[in-house]
Amino acid sequence: MTAVGERDAAPAAGPPGEEAKPAAVRAAMRWHQSSRSDRAWRRLLVGFGLTIPVLLVGIAALLAHGAWPALKKFGGGFLTGSQWDPVSDAFGGWPFVFGTLASSLIAVLIAVPLSIGLALFLTELAPRWLAAPIGFATELLAAIPSVVYGLWGIFVLVPFLRDWVETPLSDRLGGHLGIFEGPAYGPGLLSGGVILAIMIVPFVSAVSREVISAVPRAQREAALALGATRWETTWQIVLPFARAGLIGAVMLGLGRAIGETMAVTMVIGNTPQVPHSLFGPAYTMASVLANEFAEASGDVHRSALMLVALLLLGITLVINACARALVWHVNRGPGGSR
Amino acid sequence: MTAHTFRDRRRRAVNRLMLALTGVCAVLTVVPLVLIFGYLLREGASSIDLAFLTHTPKPTGETGGGMANGIVGTLEMVGLAALIGLPVAIGAGMYLAESTGSRFATAVRFTADVLNGVPSIVTGIFVYLLVVVPTGGFSALAGSIALATMLVPMVTRTTEEMVRLVPREMLEGGLALGLPRWRTMLGIVLPAARGGIITGALVGIARIAGETAPLLFTALGNQFWQLDPRHPTAALPLQIFSYAISPYDDWHRQAWAGALLLILLVLTLSLGARLVFGRPERRA
Amino acid sequence: MTSTKRALTAAAFAAALLPSAGRAQALNAAGATFPAPLYTKWFSEYRTRTGVAINYQAIGSGGGIKNLQEMTVDFGATDGPMSDAEMAAAHGGPIVHIPTVLGAVTVTYNVPGVPTGLKLTPEVIGAIFNGTLRSWDDARIRQLNPGVALPHRGVIVAHRSDGSGTTYIFTDFLSSASLSWRRAIGTGKAVSWPVGLGGRGNEGVAGIVKQTPGAIGYVELAYANQNRLPVAAIRNRAGSFVMPTLASTTAAAAGVTLPAGSDLRVSIVNGPGAQAYPIASFTWIIAYTNMRDRAKARAIGDFLTWALHDGQAYAAGLDYAPLPAGVVRLAEQRLRMVQR
Repeated sequence: MTAVGERDAAPAAGPPGEEAKPAAVRAAMRWHQSSRSDRAWRRLLVGFGLTIPVLLVGIAALLAHGAWPALKKFGGGFLTGSQWDPVSDAFGGWPFVFGTLASSLIAVLIAVPLSIGLALFLTELAPRWLAAPIGFATELLAAIPSVVYGLWGIFVLVPFLRDWVETPLSDRLGGHLGIFEGPAYGPGLLSGGVILAIMIVPFVSAVSREVISAVPRAQREAALALGATRWETTWQIVLPFARAGLIGAVMLGLGRAIGETMAVTMVIGNTPQVPHSLFGPAYTMASVLANEFAEASGDVHRSALMLVALLLLGITLVINACARALVWHVNRGPGGSR
Repeated sequence: MTAHTFRDRRRRAVNRLMLALTGVCAVLTVVPLVLIFGYLLREGASSIDLAFLTHTPKPTGETGGGMANGIVGTLEMVGLAALIGLPVAIGAGMYLAESTGSRFATAVRFTADVLNGVPSIVTGIFVYLLVVVPTGGFSALAGSIALATMLVPMVTRTTEEMVRLVPREMLEGGLALGLPRWRTMLGIVLPAARGGIITGALVGIARIAGETAPLLFTALGNQFWQLDPRHPTAALPLQIFSYAISPYDDWHRQAWAGALLLILLVLTLSLGARLVFGRPERRA
Repeated sequence: MTSTKRALTAAAFAAALLPSAGRAQALNAAGATFPAPLYTKWFSEYRTRTGVAINYQAIGSGGGIKNLQEMTVDFGATDGPMSDAEMAAAHGGPIVHIPTVLGAVTVTYNVPGVPTGLKLTPEVIGAIFNGTLRSWDDARIRQLNPGVALPHRGVIVAHRSDGSGTTYIFTDFLSSASLSWRRAIGTGKAVSWPVGLGGRGNEGVAGIVKQTPGAIGYVELAYANQNRLPVAAIRNRAGSFVMPTLASTTAAAAGVTLPAGSDLRVSIVNGPGAQAYPIASFTWIIAYTNMRDRAKARAIGDFLTWALHDGQAYAAGLDYAPLPAGVVRLAEQRLRMVQR
């Protein structure tokens, strides 16, 4: 820990005028020269800070430990195997990986244009009196608990999608286009994707808004002064400028969608199969854990579920890490002032 | 010349069309909100009555009863989670605010953000393995630990930002007076950042109050009163979940009532905090 | 984690909780949703009478078995008996099965235009649940139901997404009635369903059937009746179509004779008797015989004694069949292993 303390001794980029400060202050600003009580304080804070990586590593380690037997038994074939059969102890995770990726992809396809449109509307177009309540409304959406989305999904969204979207589409197009093939189950891939889309819009739009606001005014003004229309300025200057951050925003949304549990469990149909169409029931990694983890009585089944959990953790970690890195990059450094 | 005006007219039309489309996006995102709140109010408001607030659940399939034990259970678990999680989170946040430039601190900051993205169901499994199996049973305490695990990274990052916003001169002033660093931090810097930290903490608490997935394998649920944190305990979100997927009309009614109550709790915490203590800087 | 370490942690955690003697006032249990309407009624009544609060979470039979194995509950409940391998994998020693009541698994449906009166054979049910029969106006259904206006509508299968004793009974019945089912899918608390929507618990499946036009699912009789869902008459081994009722469930148990000393893990699906409903089963409470905490063991014994006698009176009101007297006697003998 000393090494850490010494590194922190001098602020990396000291504010100007640091040298002008009284010697006593300068000395006290340095950790390693401080008194015993300060060193104890320092150790306490480092200890608190340490809990966070310890938690993350702990989660990964416990899951990896539990998943090991399944990993040994099924190996890489687990990812591609599509049989999930507790009777014969044969487990493959592909239906869950597919369901997770497909429902999240549907969510992102719906949510991203909406969110970026909304963010543009709020930053570039809407007057303050309109932007404030709409911004507030999206914050309210973000505050709704997942289980409430699920409740609403079961009783409002699913019947609506079944009767007004799935049934007409499968009746008219089902015969020609496989993805619209019936029967219109109601709970299924589409319902899962739509509920996820509604849930991630607030996050994607909030981050997009920030990233777009961070584009320097001068960039816009220059474009407008050259005779570009508002939209051209937005499309050709603002969005390209904000691109990295927007990709980060989308990935954050994707990360949320992939890890989302309750609402999806309540509307996706919970069948461990790759669905034959957009309307068919599916399963996600998070929902199979919610449904089966407490009840898997066989050791192999249990271990296979842990492997699903480990995979889910891995996927969300990678996506979140990339997203954070992108958003940090745009905001110039992790702690940088915005 | 004509070609030029035609192009101009087209550009202006595209401009108007696309700007209008962004407005449509805004409307489309507000529609689900209106629908959800509309249904919650319509279905929920008529169902919240005295029995709902004061009774425990009836046996499966019987009409009546309420979620009183779930309401209290949620408050108990969220309170415990705050007791466990907030000291750690505020300490870690102060550490991060004090340690710009350190590579270890950057790593902690990054893991906090990544931990924030860990699916809540995975947190539930983690606590099941870590607490429930070794202690030989489901408990409110296990539920609280799962919720605290989610609370820590959220509040750590807001605390860091709030502390960072405090002018450095305040710290320097305290040190110049000869105060030890810990007293300066606790006595001067932290109080200066108080409003933002409390807001951040309450917003975090509001978020964990609505969580269901981490409680499935930890708190489990209970149909009776149970205030001892070493026992399985009912929680409002768990109750809403099991009632929502049930076939009983009366349970559906109660699920809506519970959902309305839950959302009122969540919004009171997060909006109330902002109104009273001010709004924390948004985190990216 | 070693068992010593585990015991120590558990002891440290619960030290203040355990009364040194007497009966525990709070027990925790989890398991089957099949008997949950009756069990929650029992526990509610039992608490009013004795003050002992038994928290029962209906998370499915698989959950009951798993949590008993891991010793995270005081007792479990299941409607598919534990296999020898499952009993061997339990951390806490030998386990007894105490039957509490009999129930019927119904085949329930939501077919627009068919409010009631559907008749099905095991073969047709198998074809529906293995995905080979896809439409309600399929000739195989029409042939069994002349005069019924069956719509041209896709069949939507609803099954359990959790480990379930109800699934065990249902697949046990299909396996016993059809060789092809036994070969392709088999019997289990969770099987690999080729088609359908998964619901959590009996209530989840009943919820899907109620919410989804064209759906068919299998739930315990109490769930169908409480929700006024129509149920199918099913052809039994004697060749007659029998509706699931209290009487036909009782008739299913009437043909069973158990040897003295039986461990009571018996299946009664597809039983003989002209009036016997073919998808009926006992449901069991499962507990350790050598519980370290004697106060809890005594409390479990007290409750089960009450359930085997006074408790039986509540069964019929919720469409469960009371245990035959002979089974009650055998169950009491087994129960002594818990109480000691």
